[in-house]
Formats: sequence, C-alpha cells, structure tokens
Amino acid sequence: MIEVNDLSKDFKVYHHRKGFFGSFVNLFSRKHRIVQAVDKVSFTVARGEMVGYLGPNGAGKSTTIKMLTGILVPSSGSVTVNGYIPHRQRKENAKHIGVVFGQRSHLWFDLPVQESFELLQRIYRIPEAAYRQNVEAFEELLNLGDFFRTPVRQLSLGQRMRADIAAALLHNPDVLFLDEPTIGLDVVAKARIRQFIQRINTERQVTVVLTTHDLDDVEKLCKRVILIDNARLRFDGELTALRRLLSTERLLSVDYAEDYPDVSIPSAHIVYQEGARVQYRFSPEEISAADLIGTILRKFRIVDVSIQEPDIEDLIKTVYEDNLMLERKLTEPVSGDM
Amino acid sequence: MHPLSLYFHFVKLRIRSQMEYRLSFIVELFAQASISVIDFFMIALLFNRFKQLAGWSLWEVGFLYGMIGICFAVAEMIGRGFDAFERNIVRGDFDTILIRPLGTFYQVFANEFLLRRLGRIAQALVVLLIANSQLSVQWSLTKVGYLLISLMSGTCFFIGLFVIAATSCFWTVQSIEVINIFTHGGVFMGSYPFSIYRWWFRHFFTFIIPLACVNYFPALFLLGKIESLGVSPIGVQLAPFAGFLFLGIAMLFWRWGVLHYQSTGH
Repeated sequence: MIEVNDLSKDFKVYHHRKGFFGSFVNLFSRKHRIVQAVDKVSFTVARGEMVGYLGPNGAGKSTTIKMLTGILVPSSGSVTVNGYIPHRQRKENAKHIGVVFGQRSHLWFDLPVQESFELLQRIYRIPEAAYRQNVEAFEELLNLGDFFRTPVRQLSLGQRMRADIAAALLHNPDVLFLDEPTIGLDVVAKARIRQFIQRINTERQVTVVLTTHDLDDVEKLCKRVILIDNARLRFDGELTALRRLLSTERLLSVDYAEDYPDVSIPSAHIVYQEGARVQYRFSPEEISAADLIGTILRKFRIVDVSIQEPDIEDLIKTVYEDNLMLERKLTEPVSGDM
Repeated sequence: MHPLSLYFHFVKLRIRSQMEYRLSFIVELFAQASISVIDFFMIALLFNRFKQLAGWSLWEVGFLYGMIGICFAVAEMIGRGFDAFERNIVRGDFDTILIRPLGTFYQVFANEFLLRRLGRIAQALVVLLIANSQLSVQWSLTKVGYLLISLMSGTCFFIGLFVIAATSCFWTVQSIEVINIFTHGGVFMGSYPFSIYRWWFRHFFTFIIPLACVNYFPALFLLGKIESLGVSPIGVQLAPFAGFLFLGIAMLFWRWGVLHYQSTGH
C-alpha cells in the first residue's frame, strides 16, 4: 500500500538579515546551510495496517507525511502510495487518501460543518448514496449531530477534530494519514477519537499512518511502530518487541543527603539531576542493582533510593537521548533498515 | 463541466455567508459606491478649471475612468483569493490546498468571492454610461464586443497582478507591497489619457506592465481617437489581448511558485 525507499529530504535554510537593507540584500544573497529533515528512510505499510510513526518534535515526522501526501517533493529516494507517486500524481493520489493535520483544520473556516461536507462531496465527486451512508455512520459514531450546522470557526477543539476526521473519510480513502490527531484534547475526547480510528481501521480496512508524540495513542492503537529521530529511522517493528528490547533497562532514583557536585557512577547513566535528587539508568547485564547501590553507598550519603521499570514513554525518551545504545541494541535484531 | 459548476457552488456559499449580516453588507455596498463617486468628482473639478487634458474632454476621461474602474472592481471581486493569499501562507493553509484533488490555481481562485465590490462596479458603470450619453460614439456590434473583450482583458490584467503578488508569498511569506503601485496606482494612472505621461513611462506601462493595452488603447479605438495620434490602428485593435497574455504569464509564474513551495515547504 505504501512503499518508501531511501527517502530523503533536505532543506536549504537561508541566512536572513534583518532590517530594510538586510531584506534587500536577502534577495540577492544565497548564503545557506543544508538541513537534513529526512535521511534515507525506508519502510513499507501493508493494506489495512495501522502504524504509529513516532518521534520527537523536529525529527522529520511531518516532513515524511508531507512527502507521502504530495505536499512536498522528496530530495531523493522514492515513495509510492496506492501505486501513485504522490508528488507527480498529486491529484490522483489525493482522491485515494485522507489527511488530517491536528494543528489546523482542513475545513472551511466560516462554513457550517454540513456545508463543508457537501462541498467535499462535490470536490471528490462522491456518489450521493455513498455520501449519505458515510455521513450517517460518522454522525452516529462521532456525535456530529450536535454541531453539524455550526460554522467550523465556532467549534471546540474536540468537535473540530471529529469533524476533520469524518471529513477526511467521506470519499472512502484507502489510506488515512493522521498527524497528531489527539493533540490538545482532553481524555474523553481522545478516547472517543481513538475508538473511532480503531473501528475505521478494522471495519473498513483503511490503512492508517498515525504520527503522534502521545504514546497512549500508540499503545491503544498500533501494533507496529516506526521510530524516527534526527531524520533517521531508528526502529521499525512491533511495539511489544520494542518494549522487550528496552525493558532490560531500569531506572534508579536516589535522594542524596546533600548536593554533590559530581554524582556520576561508572556503567550508569544520569537521566536527570535536580539538586540532591538524581535518576540513573542502568542495564542489569552490566551492573546489578545491588552492585550499583553498593557503589553509590561507598561514595555518598543517601536518604532514599528506589528502582523502577521504565514505562513506554520513558523507554522512547531513552531511545532519543542515547542513540548509541539504541543502534547497538535495536537495529540488528529487529530491523535491517538502518 | 465539473470545474465550472463547482466554481459556482463555491461562489454561492461565499455569497450566502457574506449576506449573513445583511445590514452591514448593504451599508458597505453603499459606502464603497459613494467613496468612489468622490474619486470621479475630483477629476471633474480638475476639468472645471482646464476644460481639456491633452485633447481629451471630461466625458472622454470619464469613459476611461469607468472602464478601468469596472475592470479593477471585478478583479477584486473574483480574484480575492489571490489578493488575500498572504494569510494562507502565513497560516500554513496551503498544505490543505495540496491535499485536494484539484489544481492549486483553481482552488485559490474559487475559494473567495467579494460580493460587496458590486458597489464599486455599479459606480464605475454609472460613470461609463453617463460619459457615453454625453459622447457621440457610433456603437456597432463589433464595438460592443470589443468593449466587452477589453473589460475582460483589463480584469485579467488586474487578476494577473494579484497572482504575481500572491506567488511572491512563496518566497517572501509577506505579499510584496510594491504591487499596489500597479494595482491601485494603475487605476489612478489609467483614469487619465496616457499621452500626458513621459516617454519611458508610457512604454513601461505598454510593453512590460500592459496597463495601457487594456484601457487607453481600447478607449482610443472606441472613441474614434486613433487618427489623432500616430499609433498603428492594428496594434491598437489587438492591444486588449495583452491582458490575457499577462494573466497567462502570471499563471506560469504561479506554477513555478508552487513547485518552489513543494520543494522547500514554506
């Protein structure tokens, strides 16, 4: 359904001079540096799959989605979606995909939801029967009825998101791209939208690519995750495999009796340090918890100590913070895509 | 016929949402019409003192004024999408245009329609009609057709300017203000016979920015003034096509701008 091969995108970032004279010089000067936004990323997504595309801000998630939807032209590498090359066959591709950007609506600001939908029906030339059927189904699943005649600008964030997702599915797309669909929503609204996405995926076999940094979304929705960081693909596989691989890592929190200037311990990483409170990450294969605590006790006086298994959020944070560890541990056993 | 009927659907929705506040709409309609009446009043005052301008009478100048006024107001009415394109880029809305199965130019064009420009169109039309009643133009079918083509050409010319300004947003984000010299300035300049301007100025606004081609030359032909000047009659008759050509070039520039956007993302 989606095939991505060695996909790269680099941007030229121009040096901007300030002031009137500066902006004049900007017109002629071509001083720039190249920023790699996406660097040789490859993956495939099968029909009906639901994939979480994760990464911190600025990792290259949105840039990838923009290349898959035909908004951006890749610098190198290839993309096909449904057999179409998005940037060359933008309009054809657009007929078969649905896109939702969490940050902004793709509906018409001053039109009521219903009129926006009717406009989309005309734009995508959706047959009347299919249109009716979809609107009825979405009205029921997403409770659109409450605000179906309200202009989009007056909707709450949660209502707007529901309207946007429904709108993106009106033309029965094969692939749905969701860019941060739950950003800024409350718990109830998030749950409702996740439930809906789940149903669309299972009942209609819509392929879903979901970018998010809300790991709850991923845990609830995606079996498979693709991690991207610093423009590179870091992990591609099952969420459970990621958890298993990383769960050997543990966290040790220590409250010291006083502020020591240097609390580094060999074979343990400092995750954060706040005054006398320090959190270490360590791998039991390298050093046992008992040895680690022993080492600490020999060097410093402590008040309290506790050990935690990291939850997924921490795991992924770890991944981003320490690429060396990840490259060593993750890429070989799970994926050959590095 | 899909694009055309879709366009009219867009326009219908725009008109409906602008009519929502009926009173403010009507007030603005009249405000616009009366402000532009003052415009022409200024020209009339000038003629009260000088009687003639480079061989043009007040009503001949009124004819020029009416033509350019109609073209500009219609361009503002239907070309609003490009005129107000800057905020699309600032808000990042252009991405949502690219995910639709329609051309980008078409979508930006169809997305806006400024109905309240009807006030200005009406005012300019009234001036044109009064001017015509005071002049003795021998109207024939050819001449009426020529006038309509000239008006369309002038509208295309101004839309072309809006498109160029909008396209520049792909590089500069903010619309280039310089373009106002040609749009609003163009209406002002076009309200007077071009023969009063300097040599380089006339040529610039004929061959580079073809303002004279969509207004002054057609008026020369319609008012039967070609003979009095040393310009080629065929050149004058063909002049209005420069407006269409200008829009065509602006559209090519737009395509280039979109390609630039798609490779840089801003």
